[in-house]
Amino acid sequence: MRYSDDHVLLHSQRETQITRFRAWVLFVVPLAAILFQVYVPLFFQFLAYLELPLIVTVYFALMRRSPISGLFVGALVGLAQDSLSKNPLGMFGITKTIIGYVAASVGLRLDVDHPLIRLILGFLFFVFHQFIFWALSRGLLGQTMNFETQRTLVLGVLNAIVAVSLFHFLDKLKERG
Amino acid sequence: METLLSRYRNVTVLLLVIFAQLVLLAYQVKNDSDVRLIRVWAVTAVTPLARTLEGARGGTTGFLQNYVVLRDTRAENQKLRTELGKLKLENQFLKTELSTADRAKALEAFEAHTPSKMVGARVIATAAGGSNTAVFVDRGSTSGVQKGMAVVTPDGIVGKVLAAYPTASQVLLVTDPSFAAGVVSQKNHVRGILKGMGHGNCRVDYVQNEEKVETAEWFYTSGDDRIFPKGMPAGQVTSARPGSPFQEISVEPSGMANGLEEVLIILEGVHQEIPDIKTAAVPIYLAPQPPNTGEAPVKTGPAGAPNGNQGLATDADRMREHYKELGDAQNHKFGENPPGTKAMDFNLPPKPTPPAPKATPSDPASPPQ
Repeated sequence: MRYSDDHVLLHSQRETQITRFRAWVLFVVPLAAILFQVYVPLFFQFLAYLELPLIVTVYFALMRRSPISGLFVGALVGLAQDSLSKNPLGMFGITKTIIGYVAASVGLRLDVDHPLIRLILGFLFFVFHQFIFWALSRGLLGQTMNFETQRTLVLGVLNAIVAVSLFHFLDKLKERG
Repeated sequence: METLLSRYRNVTVLLLVIFAQLVLLAYQVKNDSDVRLIRVWAVTAVTPLARTLEGARGGTTGFLQNYVVLRDTRAENQKLRTELGKLKLENQFLKTELSTADRAKALEAFEAHTPSKMVGARVIATAAGGSNTAVFVDRGSTSGVQKGMAVVTPDGIVGKVLAAYPTASQVLLVTDPSFAAGVVSQKNHVRGILKGMGHGNCRVDYVQNEEKVETAEWFYTSGDDRIFPKGMPAGQVTSARPGSPFQEISVEPSGMANGLEEVLIILEGVHQEIPDIKTAAVPIYLAPQPPNTGEAPVKTGPAGAPNGNQGLATDADRMREHYKELGDAQNHKFGENPPGTKAMDFNLPPKPTPPAPKATPSDPASPPQ
């Protein structure tokens, strides 16, 4: 068997490993993540830096391993987040659409069930998310804001740790069989 | 063509979705307007959930805390367990009620005291996006709230309404970098623009280096921005130093000093005067009056005065007394002499004082020899 055949086989095997979720999980989990982001920081301000909608988007995109599905999950979560923020509609929408697409594409190529891979991906996607949002804010809205690299990296680590724990919990909501 | 699209189907869909959102974004930016419908749906969907969560939190926090206390008490004294628990629950309930009533009363008192027309609101959520510089309150357009209205507490300004939905409103807090309000200092009436910095403190911009701003000085709203009525407390200066081209003034906003649970939205603002600085009433020690020993009071009149008068402490007093005596001696009444009257002679020597009559033994008032 040639290398290309191996690769195709691996590719097709991964595609058959698409994780399915019940419809209510796909609705309730992102909603809960958004509610958490708008309600909990009222009492615990430091939790405002937790990007649960992003973590949930990344999880569903990675697990479903379908770029189109991933980008739509990202777009919907992002637009919902936009509608509850002070930004114009589309800022988080575009950002999370890209993240959902890239995450699903990564899910096709990597073993995303491994905790270390999840930790690294959680970190990278957080930094990528912040960077895209910053670039859009500067490029499209003309906002003069600085990209705080050090702060983003620290928050990326914290979000990645939370992501690994949350992914473990969300794994239990997978549809059996 | 069909093969090409199916081959790059994923990327095509991605580009289409991004393009659609870019159009949406461009529409909002270009027209400076919002896609209100989507936001109204989202806020209307989330508000009842947030309200329920807030209500449940308020109700259960006190109960749970009390339950823990009650369990400890039960272990110590089983006999009084039920009664004590009931009393504690009741006490906690009353305390919570009292606290709520106090807050409501404070807001009510402030509302009654301030001429502006206001409506009370409760904070139910923060805005999504990882920053705590915008919140949602449970009063919307059905309560008369409109975009751009000022939001305050009795302690000071809090922010302004960014968007009003039927059941809730989004409030941009003073700490947001895009927030700005006209302010004026209390002491020297220095005008500037209060701006958020994205964290706890704010800054006052556009104050010339020559202007005098002191630490701990208060800034009040100037009313120039047509949002906040004049005379609302904005914050207290924590530091002020010369900068380029303007002073760098850091201000601690006072509106959120005691947390942010209930706020007032100003429906119709009425300008007020900026309160004067109350000089600190430094207590000065005054010794008690000396006891009355029966001695004659010390005469502090002029040395040359025939009968020195008590209390003439200054030269002006002495001169006035001297001229008065001269006037009396010459039957001259100051201010009552018509023109042409003979002028008074100010160089006459003062009249000698007649000697005091000698006390006789028959005089009952004289002391015994």
